[in-house]
Amino acid sequence: MSIPADLLYTKTHEWVRRDAQEVIVGITSHAQEELRDVVFLELPKLGKTVRQGEPVAVIESVKAAFDIYAPVSGTVTRCNEGLTKSPQLVNQDCYGAGWLFALNPSAPEEWANLLSAEDYSKQVTTPHGK
Amino acid sequence: MNRTALHARHLALGAKMTDFHDWDMPLYYTSILEEHKAVRQAAGLFDISHMGQVLVTGPQAAQTLNAVMVSDITQVGEGRACYTLMLNEAGGILDDLIVYRIGEGDYLVIVNCSNRAGDVAWLEAHREGQTTITDISEGRSILALQGPLACRILEQSLDARVAGLGRFEMAPIRTMGPEACIARTGYTGGDGFEIFLQDRHAQRLWDLLLSGRTLQEGVQPVGLGARDTLRIEAGLRLYGADLDTTTSPFEAGLEWTVALNKGPFIGQEVLLRQKREGLSRVFIGFELSHGPVPRGGMELKTGAAEGEAAGRTVGVVTSGTFSPLLNKPLGLGYVEPSSSRPGTTVTITVRSQRYAGTVVKLPFWKPADRAKASVGAAPAALSSPQPGSRDVHPR
Repeated sequence: MSIPADLLYTKTHEWVRRDAQEVIVGITSHAQEELRDVVFLELPKLGKTVRQGEPVAVIESVKAAFDIYAPVSGTVTRCNEGLTKSPQLVNQDCYGAGWLFALNPSAPEEWANLLSAEDYSKQVTTPHGK
Repeated sequence: MNRTALHARHLALGAKMTDFHDWDMPLYYTSILEEHKAVRQAAGLFDISHMGQVLVTGPQAAQTLNAVMVSDITQVGEGRACYTLMLNEAGGILDDLIVYRIGEGDYLVIVNCSNRAGDVAWLEAHREGQTTITDISEGRSILALQGPLACRILEQSLDARVAGLGRFEMAPIRTMGPEACIARTGYTGGDGFEIFLQDRHAQRLWDLLLSGRTLQEGVQPVGLGARDTLRIEAGLRLYGADLDTTTSPFEAGLEWTVALNKGPFIGQEVLLRQKREGLSRVFIGFELSHGPVPRGGMELKTGAAEGEAAGRTVGVVTSGTFSPLLNKPLGLGYVEPSSSRPGTTVTITVRSQRYAGTVVKLPFWKPADRAKASVGAAPAALSSPQPGSRDVHPR
């Protein structure tokens, strides 16, 4: 299972990539494998203010719908338009073309709550994580 | 939890397992959508051994079945099968099942696993004369091979009449143990076969059908996830979701199974009354052009898309899925007759957003050869937008 070392993670299986101005958010390989067969996404509206840990998006697979939580607080700056036509990108390339949305973060101190690749890896390899 | 004789094989294949009415069954091996496509394009192998197998035998077996089923069982010839329903006194559906006539006074009845005990008790309580009801499910399995390549693959793998079987016909298989038989039936809407046999022969056949040679031809194991998406695409009802004791055959659009004048059967009086009085709800299929997956229990309302005033509730969704073939969400459900006409807009609300769907004629999908055949059979003078797909809703 792929867990890139240069990303940060949440316990709820989102990944976070920090760029100069914004953070990009997606779901981990472990999460997409568990969901399997993504067929629909509901992404947040641009400009929406979100708080860390709040549900901000929904991913539907054939069998069920799952909430996606904001890894940090901020304002939504971009959403991945490509997912409207091709939701399966989340399964095919979850760390790349299958990214979900970008935020302009508002609370830098929240970074401390995120997991390193190593910590996240421990979480998903314990039997309880599955 | 119950396990089929193929349980270890599912685990070895890395299946994601699910609890289906207390059976530990494969939900998928790789992906629901991939397995779905494999069945439509090549062939898919299903373990459906959770389903109950009940033998009804004796000189009055046909009479016994005729008094509890809605179809005329006496019209089912030897080596043939019939999809039918068993009703309670109130006309509600106790189960939907397939009755196979394997011999003169010998019937094999395949029942839903969730209804197995109840069905056996019901048959036992209503048996006539010297009829014997035997639940033979223990120690026996059912495999299904479904898809356009199923026939060719089974012809090569089995010493049995396969290609010569018509739909809903069955034949014995000499090489697969005692009382093994194969029938051209299934739950996908396309061509396919179901094979009834002892556990150890089922294991042997499973391995044979997933061996290198047939894998090359495209045989894939398929779980219950794709079984559900396939049957929805084909407009086939699922007991417990689309059918239960509160639904009648007429409401469910299954009046074609009912032989109202064959003589007395349980539920007949209620059906006769419904025929006179009309129905308050009917079964429909609807599709969305895009959007979330309709789920059982969601309300169906009138009105169009976002922006308009909220509509009136006219029904409820009973099943839904995303069709990988049609590339859109599909739903099944019940609505008031006034909202059942194809083309009618119905809406679902998901997370406080409304999505408009369109009522369409069932099935959503049928195999190309059967679609062609029914186009040919349609009267030339009629220029219906969907020629050949008969509207089966009672009006």
